[in-house]
Amino acid sequence: MDTSAIPQNPPPAAPAAPSEVSGKAVRPGDRIFLGLSRGSGIALLVIMAAIAAFLTYRSVLAIQGDKANFFTTFEWDPSGAEPKFGIAVLAFGTVVSSIIAMIIAVPVAVGIALFISHYAPRKLAAPLGYVIDLLAAVPSIIYGLWGALFLVPHLTGLYSWLDSYLGWTGIFSYSQGAARSLFTVGILLAIMILPIVTSVSREVFLQVPKMHEEAALALGATRWEVIRMSVLPFGRSGIISASMLGLGRALGETMAVATVLSPSFLIGLSLLDPGGGTFAQNIASKFSEADTFGQDALIASGLVLFVITLLVNGAARLIIARRKEYSGANA
Amino acid sequence: MAKRIDVSGLSAFYGSHKAIDDISMTVEPRSVTAFIGPSGCGKSTFLRTLNRMHEVTPGGRVEGKVLLDDENLYASGVDPVAVRRTVGMVFQRPNPFPTMSIFDNVAAGLRLNGDVKKKSELNDVVEKSLKGANLWNEVKDRLNKPGSGLSGGQQQRLCIARAIAVEPQVLLMDEPCSALDPISTLAIEDLIGELKERFTIVIVTHNMQQAARVSDRTAFFNLAAVGEPGKLVEIDETERIFSNPSVQDTEDYISGRFG
Ligand SMILES: Nc1ncnc2c1ncn2[C@@H]1O[C@H](COP(=O)(O)OP(=O)(O)O)[C@@H](O)[C@H]1O
Ligand SMILES: [Mg+2]
Repeated sequence: MDTSAIPQNPPPAAPAAPSEVSGKAVRPGDRIFLGLSRGSGIALLVIMAAIAAFLTYRSVLAIQGDKANFFTTFEWDPSGAEPKFGIAVLAFGTVVSSIIAMIIAVPVAVGIALFISHYAPRKLAAPLGYVIDLLAAVPSIIYGLWGALFLVPHLTGLYSWLDSYLGWTGIFSYSQGAARSLFTVGILLAIMILPIVTSVSREVFLQVPKMHEEAALALGATRWEVIRMSVLPFGRSGIISASMLGLGRALGETMAVATVLSPSFLIGLSLLDPGGGTFAQNIASKFSEADTFGQDALIASGLVLFVITLLVNGAARLIIARRKEYSGANA
Repeated sequence: MAKRIDVSGLSAFYGSHKAIDDISMTVEPRSVTAFIGPSGCGKSTFLRTLNRMHEVTPGGRVEGKVLLDDENLYASGVDPVAVRRTVGMVFQRPNPFPTMSIFDNVAAGLRLNGDVKKKSELNDVVEKSLKGANLWNEVKDRLNKPGSGLSGGQQQRLCIARAIAVEPQVLLMDEPCSALDPISTLAIEDLIGELKERFTIVIVTHNMQQAARVSDRTAFFNLAAVGEPGKLVEIDETERIFSNPSVQDTEDYISGRFG
């Protein structure tokens, strides 16, 4: 009320030098920083361009030397007299195992993240958060060993059960044997990406502005309704980003897949029977023994994986951008 | 439609900190009651005890009674969710659901209440609520556009429409105009004058002219010192509070001698 209490603005200090006001004089610190950041930016671009050129060059060599169709062939024999190799099996295995992983991991991760951010008492939420973050840091070979030694033997029971009820679909038919299948890989990948998806989603859910949650509460929303009306819509793009992070990891996962899968160059209808392969697993298991042309072939397959990852990320960005108007960002 | 509020011996805490102490007052139905007082004296805290929003804050706790007509909101067995459906609230910063269209914002409360109406009924209620909030003419052509695209004043009226769509008994407003320009403020003040025919309205305001303009009764809150709990100093007809209050502190505050 009492305006006299407001301190008077001090008169503006006289500019030290006119050039400072016009912004033409640059301090040495600014110049050094500008040079450094511009230099490292350019260096990064040059290095990336060089890598891309190298990979593309060797991929082109490989595809030119391929006597079979690079995209449709169910075979990987780049070292024979008639080099024949194709990525069909690898693309199928990579995409299918990653989809299985996403279908399992994303709902569970969102559920755990919501539990930590909105249901768990504070005393429980903090340690749970730490444990999840810790799990995200476990090296993938550990997951691979655990998968091979524990998951594989314990899944045969589940697979037999699935076979007896859903075997008629073909997808879930299972003819005994070790459960070293794409489905097992999918389950293992789900477990592996669960921590990172949970951790990022939880972060996003914790950032929902109080005012949006209170808007729902004041209308008489229950806790679940608050989540539906305020938390999930606000966290939507965050969930998509978190899933993409997980998907990126699943698509490129190498050691864990190589440890668990019993690879073959066939595409079977059954996801439970052993066999199949993924890009990363195939590269890891063949690269050290490959000759130069064999390496070119593997590099070409790696380039395809890279393109798939790019496409997936682009699609995710499109989904996020399409409803930007409605996103919480412009609230 | 509109109910009387009877508060007796009400204190509210944040953890171990007592924010308001032993407040008793009666709020008449179909009237506007304004809460004024220096900032930090617990106006918002008290307002939020009236729809059980205070306990949403971690550590938030309440002692005492709030009767809505004859029902104690704090009796055991009373569901806070049900209380909040009866006592609506409008916040300081307009907070429409950013991901929802204008239509869905107004319909949000109705959809919550379970009795999901037929589309035509929903249309009617949304139209009626938007008209009730003096917003219909401005938005009727873009009901499917997001609510966050409106101006601040329109967003606040949208929030009022959302609150009255569920036909509450009481409407609580916490400084609803403090984030708005003078013209939007005037629009909301006019609206309050119309709404009081249907609802019991309680409004917190830091603007004394506003309290004088819109309210029938005014309650003055104060606190002895920072860190002390806020107390109700007096509540009376607005005219009396602004012309001839019975407590010296009230007069000092209103005449601008402190605060
Ligand atoms: N979320 C909170 N946690 C702890 N203390 C709070 C919280 N909100 C308000 N308070 C305290 O409660 C007292 C009353 O605050 P408030 O009700 O916001 O006052 P007013 O609305 O009159 O400005 C203040 O001392 C404030 O510091
Ligand atoms: Mg306040």
